[in-house]
Amino acid sequence: MDRNLAHRNRRRALKTAHFIGLFLVMSIICIPGLWIVLNSFRPTVEIMAKPPVWTPSFTLDHYRAMFGGAGEGGVPVFSYFRNSLIVSVVSTLIAILIGMSGGYAFARYRFKGKSGYFVGLMLFRAVPGVALSLPLFIVFARVGIIDTHFGLILAYVAMNVPFTIWLTDGFFRQIPKELHEAAEIDGCTRWQAFWKVEFPVARSGVASAAIFAFLTSWNEFALASQLTRSVGSKTMPVGLLDFTAEFTINWGGMCALAVLMIVPALVLTFIVQKHLIAGLTFGGVKG
Amino acid sequence: MTRRRVPEWFVLLLPAIIVIAAVVLIPLIFSLYSSFTPYKLTRPSTLWKWVGFFNYEKILTDAKFWAAFGRTVLFLTIVLNLELLLGLGIALMMNKVTWGQRTLRTILMFPMMFSPILVGFQFKFIFNDNIGLVNNVLQSVGFQNASLPWLVDGNLAMFSIMFAEIWMSTSVFAILILAGLFAMPRDPLEAAKVDGCTAWQTFRHITLPFLMPFIFIAMTIRSLDVARAYDIVQIMTGGGPARRTELLWTLMSRTGYVDARMGLANAMGYVSILLSILFTIYFFRKLSAARAELGMAG
Repeated sequence: MDRNLAHRNRRRALKTAHFIGLFLVMSIICIPGLWIVLNSFRPTVEIMAKPPVWTPSFTLDHYRAMFGGAGEGGVPVFSYFRNSLIVSVVSTLIAILIGMSGGYAFARYRFKGKSGYFVGLMLFRAVPGVALSLPLFIVFARVGIIDTHFGLILAYVAMNVPFTIWLTDGFFRQIPKELHEAAEIDGCTRWQAFWKVEFPVARSGVASAAIFAFLTSWNEFALASQLTRSVGSKTMPVGLLDFTAEFTINWGGMCALAVLMIVPALVLTFIVQKHLIAGLTFGGVKG
Repeated sequence: MTRRRVPEWFVLLLPAIIVIAAVVLIPLIFSLYSSFTPYKLTRPSTLWKWVGFFNYEKILTDAKFWAAFGRTVLFLTIVLNLELLLGLGIALMMNKVTWGQRTLRTILMFPMMFSPILVGFQFKFIFNDNIGLVNNVLQSVGFQNASLPWLVDGNLAMFSIMFAEIWMSTSVFAILILAGLFAMPRDPLEAAKVDGCTAWQTFRHITLPFLMPFIFIAMTIRSLDVARAYDIVQIMTGGGPARRTELLWTLMSRTGYVDARMGLANAMGYVSILLSILFTIYFFRKLSAARAELGMAG
């Protein structure tokens, strides 16, 4: 009887510890983000208040200033948003096309030095953005594509292709070869066999690769901060710096822009969440 | 005469090779060349002066460079290990959850969507010594004069940066390890229970070996973009106070953009590229070894 009780107590203690641990982890993950969202709705006076004010009041001032005030030192948010969207979407599409054909080549053909090529491609992804930004800046300036959408798109495509190849390669490899052989026997061309039979099967892998490419481009800062100069091509991560002055930072305004930046990424990730995890694991483990 | 046909695989790979050559390889060759010159942005003619290994000698004998280099290696070691341990812990806890798991997993993916620069600003805000959340909470719960200079004191600043980095990247580990736990076959676990293994033995000899490939994938993915830490450091402290948080990447960008000494900066760039490549190759090899062990090699 006593042992029973002790055992039950221990289980209960473990369960409580588990719950508390999980709760702590989740709060640490959530609080920083929520703090940003909360502060985007608080007036500047309250953010700067000393001693701190713990009962938040609600205001849309920062959003009004952000969307309305292109004049008086305001930040041209719409342009930044548009630039970010154009650059991310276009570079993702191109990277997926190029990466898919590369991944298909790795998954379906045998050739000499295959793993060498593969690791070589991945190493280009490992080059730190800062280290690349110095020479890339000089080369782009020579060619004259600095401060343009085109230049940034080009850079992001090159950045995203290796990882896309890695993920799609893993997915195409999972599809049995017999599938497209059967399609070819039935009279498909190689292209038709790919497009009508293999592509639909690998679609979720392609989707996850696309999400990663999009998030990378959407969030990238080290390259963008050097390759863009004016309102015409600056992306949102670079735009965040507009809220900092020499010694002060407009925290409220920055929080508002941060919210604007995070919402599209959040929505997109929610939609394809399932593919995201599957893509990472299958692409890597079985690749 | 037989005409050699270009093989199909090469045609398929060609676009990728062209783009990478144009955007990464050519600038890298250029920067390799310029690392042997005293190139300064302000004086273009210096590009044509060859100085051999002068820049490399200069950085390799520079105490500031070695301090930054050592700090970077230390930073990566601590951060990656902590991320792995925390990620493993979180994944094991999540695996035990019986309800609401989908929601929790979604929350777990939260930090992955944040831009590194946003993470930097966010924690600069939270660790601000005057209006930051951390100090405000400390003061409100009774430490009246606890106004810790989180980003001004060298050690505290390093801690804050590591906290931000770990916050951002632990979820990659947690999610991949969790996926590994889901994919795990039940039979060996039950067999171990029947044979009287303790919980620790089961974990050590059955669960962990099975998770290894997943851990190495996470490590490989992480090692591809360890340099993202640059964004965080640049925003939170800019390498300060008094170079106490200077990493290789911030030192390089300061030398290149502020001092405009491109040749020197590119020499540093090559050291940092080598560092990243070593990390990546190491984990790639571990990954293929782990795969081969589990018979997943393809």
